[in-house]
Amino acid sequence: MSVITYRQALRDTLRAEMLRDDNVLLLGEEIGLFEGSYKITEGLLNEFGEKRVRDTPISEEGFVGAAVGAAMMGLRPVVELMTINFSLIAIDQIINHAAKIYGMFGGQTSVPMVIRTPGGGGQQLGATHSQNIELFYAFVPGLKVLAPSTPADAAAMLRAAIRDDDPVMLLENLGLYNSKGEVPDGDESVAEIGRAAVTREGGDITLIGYSRMAAVGRQVAEQLAEEDISVEVVDLRSLRPLDRQTVVDSVRKTGCAVIAEDDWLTYGIGAEIAASIQEGAFDYLDAPVRRVAMAEVPLPYAKPLENAALPSAESITTAVKETLSAVGKRVG
Amino acid sequence: MADTAKAKGGGTARSTGGRRRSRKDSTTSATGGTTSGVADEKPDVLLDYYRRMLLVRRFEERTGQAYTQARIGGYCHLNLGEEATVVGLMESLQERDYLYTNYRDHGYAIHKGMSPRRVMAELYGRTDGVAKGWGGSMHMYDTQTRMLGGYGIVGGQLPLATGAALAVSYRGGDEIVMCQLGDGTTNIGAWHEALNLASLWNLPIVYAIVNNFTGMGTTVEKSSAEPDLYKRGSAYRIEGVRVDGRDVLAVRDAAVDLVEKARSEQRPYILECTSYRLKGHSVVDPAKYRTEEQVAQARANDPLAAFEDQLEKAGVLTEDKKKEIADSVKDEVADAADFAENSPPPDVSTLFDYTYATPVANESRRMPADPVFAE
Repeated sequence: MSVITYRQALRDTLRAEMLRDDNVLLLGEEIGLFEGSYKITEGLLNEFGEKRVRDTPISEEGFVGAAVGAAMMGLRPVVELMTINFSLIAIDQIINHAAKIYGMFGGQTSVPMVIRTPGGGGQQLGATHSQNIELFYAFVPGLKVLAPSTPADAAAMLRAAIRDDDPVMLLENLGLYNSKGEVPDGDESVAEIGRAAVTREGGDITLIGYSRMAAVGRQVAEQLAEEDISVEVVDLRSLRPLDRQTVVDSVRKTGCAVIAEDDWLTYGIGAEIAASIQEGAFDYLDAPVRRVAMAEVPLPYAKPLENAALPSAESITTAVKETLSAVGKRVG
Repeated sequence: MADTAKAKGGGTARSTGGRRRSRKDSTTSATGGTTSGVADEKPDVLLDYYRRMLLVRRFEERTGQAYTQARIGGYCHLNLGEEATVVGLMESLQERDYLYTNYRDHGYAIHKGMSPRRVMAELYGRTDGVAKGWGGSMHMYDTQTRMLGGYGIVGGQLPLATGAALAVSYRGGDEIVMCQLGDGTTNIGAWHEALNLASLWNLPIVYAIVNNFTGMGTTVEKSSAEPDLYKRGSAYRIEGVRVDGRDVLAVRDAAVDLVEKARSEQRPYILECTSYRLKGHSVVDPAKYRTEEQVAQARANDPLAAFEDQLEKAGVLTEDKKKEIADSVKDEVADAADFAENSPPPDVSTLFDYTYATPVANESRRMPADPVFAE
């Protein structure tokens, strides 16, 4: 067992998959000579050469679409989009093409490609570079959307994504790249796409999150344990398909739920989770489902404003305690 | 005067009327009257092209008819008037070559090798359709014949085809990719991005622009600041050629030339085929935006009528032969329509068969009125 960063887990997995399968190639802006904006692809150009680590022009629609076409021919391209914000420029190729080709042509040709891209605010990047728009992709049948919150999951999910025959979007997070976690040495585990996980068991309340919010959720649960509050944490892990059953099973046990999400509240992923809880655990609910989400503004640059707008351990803690008070459970 | 114009990567254009392939010879006048070419081609090849063009014509007429009878739904764009371009382009490809097109794809599908039966069945939305009824008119696709799709989103096929060429290049194959597109498509960003990538990465691809001078109703002059579309690869050092798309031999020769250059040089090329839709943008379009003069001109330049006339004058197409071909094409189209009519529609139980190629946990299979959690 080694403790490595989320970044290292991604890099090690990319390298191992490229060694395993010649059909795997990397495409993206500044991934070669520059070694990636966030250094995920560090060292890979040197090791694999320009044929397999391909620097692209600033041309998201072009190179994402080219990856779709190459995948139709049986290659397994892994595209890096510098941030999820730039995926909007390629959205036609992702939603109208990558997600449609298998079904629209009657199952003749799959599209085995991966788009890796980080979301996440909190880096003072301003409104256009701080969005969490994974919802756009999670909305679309034909795509698979994964959101790892730990280094071990980042590795296992990237491995699963590369080996899967469908287009997979792997949502990374700027705030998680430096986070550390245990990854088994020589790990070859492949995540099962479409499965959520209960990452901490508890009996008082269910806390649901994904990506950075799942990581923050675990910290909150740990702190609240010191106050004798037992929080069960569900990490969604897969945004499409969505594992509603794991969420509902947990809420049936605890009777109440808080959902933490980095995206905007209205129409957000939390809204879908709340609806699912209502449908699957109506008779078990002791309190309204509570959502913690980003303030509905274009995220400002100035630090006090940015901090105030983003969900945090504090805001999640508040929501958990208020929900527990509402159901009459003792709050420490 | 020849109207095969050529734009070097550097942006100059020159007339290359003398440009010939050794196998055959064709010169096309600017007004569309073919003056030679037929005399140099084998009669059976000419008759084969004539039959192929007639097949597109009759197939599309039958398609239009079936559409107005509500046997075919959705959008429906026909290749009427583009028969020479369709046949000439498809004749330039080897079986191993790949094809991507836009939504006006029926003729291409047939002449890349799909059976008219299965193309018609797709139009009817039946299980024997090339895409099992999942695609419809705009989305003909067949792995076997390497027609990798008609695409309904204008220009969506450009990055895809470019990526397919990247895969060919990655593997060191000797196939090429042809990417057909319409004139209006040369104004979207993906056109420029695809050309830039294809040139930077030295990809074996021919972008074949079918310039019928009209988007839906908007003319090339109103939409393209450089209306000579074959020049539009100049900024990316991609050589372009313009050919009279109403002349099947000229299209074939120009296309063979570029296809083989793309293959041997591992470089992208642009071929612009000037053409003219005989009818509106789609079956339901009455084309009121066209002047009477324009319509009369198109009819006068009907590529099928012109080719027929040439073959008759050259003594290649006798009255008997003409009737024989007409009858056999008529039968083939009738057979395709019968086949489509008798092919079963897809069973609703197959609705969730093609969302994912790799089965996945928790994939939703609920029908519209189903509860999310069935207890």
